[in-house]
Amino acid sequence: MDFDFDVIARSWRTVLLTGMAFTLQLTVLAMAGGVVLGTLLALARLSGWRPLALLAAAYVNLVRAVPLVLVIFWFYFLVPYLAAWAIGAEEPVRVGAFWSALITFTLFQAAYYCEIMRGGIQSIPRGQLHAAQALGLRYWQCMGHVVLPQALRNMLPVLLTQTIVLFQDVSLVYVLSVPDFVGAAARVAQRDGRLVEMYSFVAVVYFAMCCALSMLVRRLRRARGQG
Amino acid sequence: MDYHWNWAVFGEQSPDGVNTYWQMLVSGLGWTLAAALAGWLMALVLGALAGVARTLPQRPLRMAAGAYVELFRNVPLLVQMFLWFFVVPELLPRAAGDWLKALPQAPFVTAVVCLGFFTSARVAVQVAAGIEALAGGQLQAALALGLDRPQAYRHVLLPLALRIVLPPLTSEFLNIIKNSSVALTIGLMELTASARAIQEFSFQVFEAYTAATMLYVLVNLAVTAGMQAVERRLALPGTLGTPGAR
Repeated sequence: MDFDFDVIARSWRTVLLTGMAFTLQLTVLAMAGGVVLGTLLALARLSGWRPLALLAAAYVNLVRAVPLVLVIFWFYFLVPYLAAWAIGAEEPVRVGAFWSALITFTLFQAAYYCEIMRGGIQSIPRGQLHAAQALGLRYWQCMGHVVLPQALRNMLPVLLTQTIVLFQDVSLVYVLSVPDFVGAAARVAQRDGRLVEMYSFVAVVYFAMCCALSMLVRRLRRARGQG
Repeated sequence: MDYHWNWAVFGEQSPDGVNTYWQMLVSGLGWTLAAALAGWLMALVLGALAGVARTLPQRPLRMAAGAYVELFRNVPLLVQMFLWFFVVPELLPRAAGDWLKALPQAPFVTAVVCLGFFTSARVAVQVAAGIEALAGGQLQAALALGLDRPQAYRHVLLPLALRIVLPPLTSEFLNIIKNSSVALTIGLMELTASARAIQEFSFQVFEAYTAATMLYVLVNLAVTAGMQAVERRLALPGTLGTPGAR
């Protein structure tokens, strides 16, 4: 088989600029949204008000029981209906693939970040909370100024590892024919009949980026004496 | 804004003229479970081998196992699926490649191989961690009893380590069931693909995906319950995992 490097040389700039830019954008935004929402979910799960705790637990367990591909399909069809319902429109609202994907990944990842943050919050010694309360801080002040910053710090390596998973999972927006990194490369591959070259290229780029990221996480862990 | 709910849709005939939509869903569930189980068997064998290799004194073996794990962990599953399906048959000798592509169940075989390798890397990490958790004492004791290293692994270390890592292995098993849905991209008609097909034929979006979601949740509950029973049976006496041992 003759490996045609030329097709990669011709297309790598556009594939990286359109595709990888889309993938990275989605990863970073979904991570930010997912961590915020996941932290709120974790607080809800740990809340003393049982209905809220049960509701949050049900959400997290449901999301974690279902494959991401199915969730992507769910939201792709659900979001237009929800948007129509929210603004009282007659017809499903056309939500672009980017927004649909962003909402999906934020809500999906929130369930996973929630469990990480819950572990982080539970790892904070109870004395910290008592001390904060004794200083006269309210619940949200205790959480926002004392507990959450420490939980976030302790869990940073795990959160980053989960973000690497998210970065890889974003490739699944391929099923919506979105021009993410894999989608953009697949288009070139099919147009030029060069599947072998383009998919190998995609694999090599992902491998290099994820290796670099996980090396970074390992270094962070070692620097903090967390193994 | 209204949506016309019609749960009776599952009793209707699908466009293939033979099955009802409900049967389509059940057949999808069958493919999901078949791919997950076959992939899981492969992952357990390869993962145990790679996991053991990571704990051996020979440095080249440890490094090879480490590279194996990194390789399969750092490429997205979807991309690995495409590599096995589109790229590998082209790299093989022509006759072998053609044979692969002509297999009647090529997507299924590819999915099993891909899921097997992908999951084996994760299993390897767990197995290695389990063996390391046994500290050195068990191995030293086994060697002192006159067992050689393979015997020590087979009769002492692996049975203990596998029982320790049963909980993380359970979540890997749940993952492989969910991950099998990625095989819809190479044409395997598993559960998610069936739901999507039903939605495309009947336009009953929410019924199709709700049914698939419920099936995934049921499988999840069944696996979790089953594994808890296994865990109880296999719990190591004298550890915190056994009731009454505290």
